[in-house]
Amino acid sequence: MHAIVDAFVLAVKMIFTGDPEVYGITARTLEISLSSTVIGALLFVPLGCLIYFNNFRGKRTLISIIQTCYSLPTVFVGLLVFLVFSRAGPLGIFGIMFTPQVMVIGQVVLVSAIVTGLTISALSGVSPAIRETAISLGASRLQSVWTVLKEARFAVLTAVLVGFGRAISEVGLALMVGGNIRGYTRVLTTAISLETGKGEIALSLALGFILVAIALIVTILANRFLRVKEVYVAQSRASAS
Amino acid sequence: MLKVEHLHHSYGKAEILKNIDFGVERGEAFVTIGPTGSGKTTLLRLVSLLERPSSGNIYFDGHLVNNSERARLEIRRRMAVVSQKPAVFNASVFDNVAYGLKVRKEKGTGLRSKVMYALETVGLAGYERRDARTLSGGETQRVALARAMVVEPELLLLDEPTANLDPVSTTHIEKLVTDVIKKSNMTVMMATHDMFQGQRLADRMGVLVAGEMLQTGKPGEIFSSPRGREIAEFVGMENIIAGIITSNEEGIVDIKFNGGAVEAISNFSVGEEIYAGIRPEEITLARTKESTSARNTFNGEITRIVLFGPLARVELNCGFPLVALITKRSAEEMNLQTGDRIYASFKATGVHVIKG
Repeated sequence: MHAIVDAFVLAVKMIFTGDPEVYGITARTLEISLSSTVIGALLFVPLGCLIYFNNFRGKRTLISIIQTCYSLPTVFVGLLVFLVFSRAGPLGIFGIMFTPQVMVIGQVVLVSAIVTGLTISALSGVSPAIRETAISLGASRLQSVWTVLKEARFAVLTAVLVGFGRAISEVGLALMVGGNIRGYTRVLTTAISLETGKGEIALSLALGFILVAIALIVTILANRFLRVKEVYVAQSRASAS
Repeated sequence: MLKVEHLHHSYGKAEILKNIDFGVERGEAFVTIGPTGSGKTTLLRLVSLLERPSSGNIYFDGHLVNNSERARLEIRRRMAVVSQKPAVFNASVFDNVAYGLKVRKEKGTGLRSKVMYALETVGLAGYERRDARTLSGGETQRVALARAMVVEPELLLLDEPTANLDPVSTTHIEKLVTDVIKKSNMTVMMATHDMFQGQRLADRMGVLVAGEMLQTGKPGEIFSSPRGREIAEFVGMENIIAGIITSNEEGIVDIKFNGGAVEAISNFSVGEEIYAGIRPEEITLARTKESTSARNTFNGEITRIVLFGPLARVELNCGFPLVALITKRSAEEMNLQTGDRIYASFKATGVHVIKG
């Protein structure tokens, strides 16, 4: 208990004294995880829509496979990305191994199943009557899809946030393809792993607190953004009328 | 405006609609009536192009609706649908009503004024900021009606719009629909299981029973001259007796049935098997056998009296079952009791002869 309190105090101290090392790692962590989440959302929310709104043979099997991939071990994804981007791999010519770029790519792969699968779940939660109503009121196919997506916005945001959580908290992939290079590819999770190995438990715990705080702040901001947007839309409609 | 030809629709092996043919003229209110499960909603879904029929053709404004998605969208944008249980979007009442206009790329003050006018028309002025999901059933139905009307559709499709509403809301929605029909000269196709509602709102009606459009015509025609037993039963002709024509003298026929005989007006020939239908409200009751112009009088025992509202439904056993509908006041003044023997009379013109 004493160690946890010490770690918490150390975390607060590191944040408020502006420790450049901690700030650097935190900024890099945010940059990599947010990039992979945004790219993942842009790719896999539409993919989820594509799968949900189309009927094809093997759809159920595909969804089952996607759901199975939720628990894909990060080291396994790391290994795949490593094999693809290592010098001898098919995409080795890009020479991006042990760079933040390959970490982003790896995390995009990592969040793909979660964002796609949870988007499908989110859309399934919207009554089919909503889409039919949209179509019966003259919406095109795309407009009706957008309407359903808007109805499922909170659940879709949750899908993206879960993806972000998976991206920011993973360590195996970051170590394997990022290499934990100080000042370049070191992120909060790899730093925690390293410091724990060195016996710096308080520092590891402090970095852990920062990690949790970031996840919390991102979640709160995302929820606030949706709420603020809703209130803004309602107010603008009201004032316009 | 709308023409439906040889329309068939099945879900798997279940045949829901069978060879449906009918047309709706521009500016007309056409009401499809039929019992629950007769295929009314499916028919509206096909006409509103939400589904494609298994076979058959739908013509809108003289043009065959083909399979091209773009063409279907264009036609769909000339229609609007109000369903039995309307779904509202997770948005304000304003945004719900504005939806159809927005997807048609309307914006600005034009959109606002149209939405506000539609809300005012349905009596929801001041509701624009409300979350549409918090409204009552009647209010939701009014939002759905405003949402459909705001796009000024050429064809308004209403699927049992009052099925889930209380009597007050039903009256309100009916009045709105009537106003829309009268004021805008909009073509309306409506489905309902309530034959009286259909009668109130329709210029023409179609009776859909078990997936078949058994009869189309003006409400008066359908209610007075149903073409078959199923239609007669549906339009409230409770007394339907199977019989055979035993004589026909210049259109006045004698019909013999198990338990008696009645006189009616009909062109059916001697020996033809028919059904004689008598509306309960066309039967008069008397304590004594009176000399009247009614050609059919039977003595029977009252087996049951059911009071509902201002009316009394009197069930008689005259050797065959007969149901009469009289006012509650008449029943009280005559002091009718179960077990009493009374006379039931009806005119020959009150007997509707239906092909057997």
